[in-house]
Amino acid sequence: MTGEAIAFYVLAAITLAAGAVVATSPNLMHSAVALIPALLGVTGLYVLLNAEFVAGIQVLIYAGGITVLILFVIMLTEGGTGLRIRQRNEQAAIAAAVAAATVALLIAVAGRTPWAHEPGALPSYTPGAIGQSFLGPNLPLFEGTSVVLLVALVGALLIARKETGE
Amino acid sequence: MPWYVEVLRAVAGTIIIFSGVAIVAAMFGVLLERKVSGWIQSRIGPTHVGPRGLLQTVADTIKLLQKEHIVPRNADALIFASAVVLVPLAALLDYVVLPFGTTRWGPLIFRDLNIGVLYFAATSSLIVVGILMAGWGSNNKYALLGGLRSAAQMVSYEIPIGLVLITIALLAGSLSTVTIVTMQAHLWFIVTQPISFLIFLAAATAEVNRTPFDLVEAESELVAGYFSEYTGMRFALFQLGEYAEMFAMAALAVTLFLGGWRGPVLPSVVWFLIKLYALVFVFMWVRWTFPRFRVDQLLNFSWKVLIPLALLNLVGTAYVVMVVQR
Amino acid sequence: MITLTHYLVVSALVFGLGLYAALSRRNAVAMLMGIELMLNAANINLVAFNKYGAPGAMQGQIFALIVITLAACEAAVGLALILAAYRRFETTYVDDLNLMRW
Repeated sequence: MTGEAIAFYVLAAITLAAGAVVATSPNLMHSAVALIPALLGVTGLYVLLNAEFVAGIQVLIYAGGITVLILFVIMLTEGGTGLRIRQRNEQAAIAAAVAAATVALLIAVAGRTPWAHEPGALPSYTPGAIGQSFLGPNLPLFEGTSVVLLVALVGALLIARKETGE
Repeated sequence: MPWYVEVLRAVAGTIIIFSGVAIVAAMFGVLLERKVSGWIQSRIGPTHVGPRGLLQTVADTIKLLQKEHIVPRNADALIFASAVVLVPLAALLDYVVLPFGTTRWGPLIFRDLNIGVLYFAATSSLIVVGILMAGWGSNNKYALLGGLRSAAQMVSYEIPIGLVLITIALLAGSLSTVTIVTMQAHLWFIVTQPISFLIFLAAATAEVNRTPFDLVEAESELVAGYFSEYTGMRFALFQLGEYAEMFAMAALAVTLFLGGWRGPVLPSVVWFLIKLYALVFVFMWVRWTFPRFRVDQLLNFSWKVLIPLALLNLVGTAYVVMVVQR
Repeated sequence: MITLTHYLVVSALVFGLGLYAALSRRNAVAMLMGIELMLNAANINLVAFNKYGAPGAMQGQIFALIVITLAACEAAVGLALILAAYRRFETTYVDDLNLMRW
C-alpha cells in the first residue's frame, strides 16, 4: 500500500466517522463540533487531489467561518449545556431509506461509468492559475458571485437585525 | 522520497516545533511579560526562583502539572476536554510556514507551502472554534459570554488581517512566505506599506485577545473569560496557545514587513529573533499602557476604521502595481 | 492505487449522511449542517474530476471555490432566518414552527 492510499483511507475514515456524528448525534452541540473534523477531512482530500488553494479556502471559510456562525447560533438559541431535546423527527426511517437508496444509486453509477483513470497534469502553481482563470474566461462567473455575496450580506443583515419602533 | 520518511520528518518537525515553541514562546514569554510589566509599573517582577527569577515559569509549570483536573458539574466533558487540545494545536500549526532564517541549504522553514499566508490565516482562524467550545463546555455564564465575545471579536479582526495579507501577496507576487521575504531584499515592505503594517499590528493585537482588545478575558467583569473553569495543566495549555499565537503573529509581521531573516553581519536566525522580540516587546508595551475598549468601540474600530482603510490601501496598491509600475 | 472511483464513493457516502441529516433532523441548524455536508460532497466530486477528468484545466477547482462562496452566503442567510424565527417564536425546531399549517 502506498502512502497516498494510506492517507486517503485515513482521511476518508475521519470524514465519514465525523459526518456520521453530525448526522446522528442526539446532542446538537456535538454534531456542530463534529462538523470540524468532517470538514478538515475533506480538506485533506483536497490536498491529496493537488488542490492546495481550495483546501486553504475550505479551512478559512468553512472551519473558521461557517462553523463558528453555526456554533454561535446554537449557543444563542439552545438553553444550556445539559438539556436533552428530541432531535429526530418521525420520518427518520424514511429519511434513512431515501439516503441509503441515493448512496446506492450514486455508487452504482460511479462504479459502472468508464472514467478516464489517468490523473491529468495540473499547472505547477495552482493559485496563480486560479487567479488567471477568474479574471479571464470566468470573469462573468466571478462578478456574478460577488453580486450574490453582496445580496446575501444585505439580506442577512436585514433579516437578522432587531426590529425597532413598529 | 518514500512515504515513511515523509511521516518521520513530519513527526520530528512536530516535536521540534511543539517543544521549541512551548519552551521559548510560552515559558519565556510569560516571564518576559511579567518582567516588562514590572518594569513599566516600576516594580521588579519575579526574582526568587533561579538567578534573577529566570526559572519562575518552570516552577509555575511544575505547580500546574501537579494540580487536579476539575470538570464543572453538568459540563459537557467531551467538548470541555477537546477545546484544550484544539487551541494550542491551531496556534502551533501556524509555525509550519514561518521562515526562521536561512542556511546554505536553503531557508530554515518547516515547509514552504505555495499557499503560505493563506495557510496561516486558515489555521489561526481555527482558534476561534476552540475558544467557543471552551466557553460552551464549561457550563458557566462568564465562560460562555467570554467565548461569544471572543468569537465576535476574532471573526471581525480576521478580515483586516486577510486584506493586509492580500496586499502583501500582491506586492510580492506570491503567497509563499519565503518568496515574500526574498522580495524584500532591497526594500522592506514596511517602507512601502506603512498603513498595512499599522493595520496588521492593531488587528493582530485584537486577534490574540490582548489589551486594549482583551474584553474576552476582562478580569473585572468576566473572571478569566472562556477559560475561567480550567485548572492545572489545561489552564497552562490555554496559556501556551495564547502565547504561541502572539509569537506567531509577531513572526508573521516580521516576515511580511520587516524583511524576515534579512540583516547585515549577524547570522540570519539572530536577526529574525531580534526583530521578533522587538515586536513582542511592542505587544507587551501596548498591553501595560493602554486601557480596555468597550465592546461597541471594539467592533466599530474594526468595521468602520480598519476594514475600509485596508480596502482603500488594497485598491491603491493594486493600482500602483498594475498601472503605474507597468 | 487510488482512482477517481474511490473519491466518488467517499463523496456519495458523505452526501448520504448529509441527506439523512437534512431530512431527519428537527432542528433547523442541524438541517443546515446536513446541507453543508451535501455541498462538501459535491465539492469533493468537482475537485476529483478536475484532477482525473480534465487535464490542465482548472474549471473544477473554480467551481469548488464558487460553491464554497455560495455555501457561506447560504449559511449567513439561513442562520439569519433561524435567528429571526427564534426571536418571533422562541424555537428553532421546525415542527414547532407550524403557524401556517392549519
